[in-house]
Amino acid sequence: MRNPQLNRHGELTHLITTEGLSRNILTHILDTAETFVPLAERDVKKVPLLRGKSVFNLFFENSTRTRTTFEIAAKRLSADVFNLNINVSSAAKGESLLDTIANLSAMQADLFVVRHEASGAPYLIAQHVAPHVHVVNAGDGRHAHPTQALLDMYTIRHFKKDFSNLTVAVVGDILHSRVARSNIHALTTLGVAEVRAIGPLTLLPSGLEQMGVRVFTDMNEGLKDVDVIIMLRLQNERMRGALLPSSHEYFKHYGLTEEKLALAKPDCIVMHPGPMNRGVEIASSVADGKQSVILNQVTFGIAVRMAVMSIVAGASA
Amino acid sequence: MNLEIKNGRVIDPTHGVDRITTLYIADGKVAGIDTAPSGFKSQRSIDATGKLVIPGLVDLAARLREPGFEHRGTLESELRAALAGGITSLVLPPDTDPTLDEPGLVEMLKHRARQIDQVNLYPLGAMTVGLKGEVITEMAELTEAGCIAFSQADTPVLDTNVVLRAMQYARTFNYSLWLRAQDPWMSRGGVAASGAYASRLGLSGVPVQAETIALHTLLELQRTSGVRLHLCRLSSAAGIELVRAAKREGLPVTCDVSANHIHLTDVDIGYYDSNFRLDPPLRGQRDRDAIRAGLADGTIDALCSDHTPVDDDDKMMPFAEAQPGATGLELLLSLTLKWAQDAGVPLLEAVARVTRDPARIVCASSATVPPCGQLGVGVAADICIVDPQASWQVTRQSLLSQSQHTPFLNMELPGRVVATIVRGQLAWEASV
Repeated sequence: MRNPQLNRHGELTHLITTEGLSRNILTHILDTAETFVPLAERDVKKVPLLRGKSVFNLFFENSTRTRTTFEIAAKRLSADVFNLNINVSSAAKGESLLDTIANLSAMQADLFVVRHEASGAPYLIAQHVAPHVHVVNAGDGRHAHPTQALLDMYTIRHFKKDFSNLTVAVVGDILHSRVARSNIHALTTLGVAEVRAIGPLTLLPSGLEQMGVRVFTDMNEGLKDVDVIIMLRLQNERMRGALLPSSHEYFKHYGLTEEKLALAKPDCIVMHPGPMNRGVEIASSVADGKQSVILNQVTFGIAVRMAVMSIVAGASA
Repeated sequence: MNLEIKNGRVIDPTHGVDRITTLYIADGKVAGIDTAPSGFKSQRSIDATGKLVIPGLVDLAARLREPGFEHRGTLESELRAALAGGITSLVLPPDTDPTLDEPGLVEMLKHRARQIDQVNLYPLGAMTVGLKGEVITEMAELTEAGCIAFSQADTPVLDTNVVLRAMQYARTFNYSLWLRAQDPWMSRGGVAASGAYASRLGLSGVPVQAETIALHTLLELQRTSGVRLHLCRLSSAAGIELVRAAKREGLPVTCDVSANHIHLTDVDIGYYDSNFRLDPPLRGQRDRDAIRAGLADGTIDALCSDHTPVDDDDKMMPFAEAQPGATGLELLLSLTLKWAQDAGVPLLEAVARVTRDPARIVCASSATVPPCGQLGVGVAADICIVDPQASWQVTRQSLLSQSQHTPFLNMELPGRVVATIVRGQLAWEASV
């Protein structure tokens, strides 16, 4: 079965997941992003790559940050951007996902940026749009959040230069995290030495080892000598459903404190996809500390999303 | 009409028949095999050279969607599909809308079926009112109305006391319960089998323990109540092992699996193909192999279609939001033949799992069901003639069911039904 993200020439026409993409494609996205980073320093922050194209931000699930960075990225590419908050419009009136897509396609959309609470929804959309229309996944259920993973890879490459000797730890609620899945696939494809997943057994999905991950339940052990720590956001809902007893106890065992950070390599960087729960998964002193690159991630995020949109929009129909 | 079917390979597992011979039919019944009964004059002769002549299939689970879900299927559309699939007897789960929990509803369904008068229909009554798992139904009244046993369809009961009481009540009247083994809490919200593939796709999983824990509970309650239990649609290696042990122990238990589950595993879901959204979910290769082995050694008594028509609107959705289920009536025989081919199972044994063995379960459940799934002299002539050499492609056009959603869409399958005979009448013939 052909990877549905690629067209018949093997070009990236949709970005839905980092899984199954070659190292070349991932590196090409990172290299392209690198050319966009200096743009932010210029007076005129725009390039005309998507001039005349319509980008629809289709958010079936709430998001401010991701939607805004996609909007900024599309505008810097000179696209016309339309934000649709589907939660309060058609879906609430009972319109089906595919009807929504058909209607928006009829408005000559060129690119859909989609966030949906159901894993796999962007595949369904990609299967039903015209060949010249592109889909970029901005997060689907627990499945994937590829632009977040790519901006994480960009950040790691920026600070560490090379992936091959790195040990990277992903910490927290892996079970519900699309960020974790996309990061794991990207890291293994880019050839890091070791990917570790750290969390309590209630938040580790079964079969994690088969994704090429070394699993730790003891954070002190898992952080030993790592080069990169990716902290995950802990949703408050997890306190229900018997996954965790309290945020207090969670912080004690899986919160990143200066003490725990000291177990990692001295030049270890600390990342977080945001929004952060200070005092739940990360101590403020670490979030604001000198090893934190969390705000760099946000800045790079715009360049990475520009790269992704310009690459998929440039793929032939 | 007097009918003779000549030169076919007649397979009747009940009587150990597997030879090329002629079958004679008179007054809607099988009148003779090999030699014509005295005075027999055939009015029509079918040349079955190169074909298999087998009992009409007995399918233990087919939703026809009436009443309540006519947009997904009607008796007319689905019974035509059944005949095209060589199926002549069907057991209907009670998860219609309203559910089959009142005698009047069952009578209405039987009345509609009589009007169409083709396939033999055997409804299961709801075990609890509205399938809500709270109040047991009027099982005796429902039996009088035509229910052959009682079931919760795919809705598990939360309160284990209710299960025990339903078993005790059913045992009082010697009724059978047909239940799925699914722990209500552990299966809740799950859309795929727990494991590496579901984790990768970010789909919430149903762990194997949802099946095994429920099996332990059901079998333990069966030990105290003595009820006859038929376990529907097992999905896991561990589950089959428990049933194997229960049978060895001598418990009155039988079980079935869906034809989808003998061929597919969870990785076949691919990129969230909602045609593979099934209940129970597809599990791993080890489970599929155990299902095949259990079916071959008789631990699993029967193979059913688990026919569940779903309309386009309910399938063209993200995987987790799509309705579970697949059309299956027209695929059951082909999937059985494919299993026989793939696994090297003798044809007589494979045919038995869709004729003799499910018929035994139906007849054990209810004394009112006439003998079926066999070609014994004097038994209603329900017969399927199939060309085992021919293959067909499963396409939206080739399916008669109102739903064309099946994991086997666009696949080439072996075995084409040439004709289906119900009570001696040619009910369906393939267009050449």
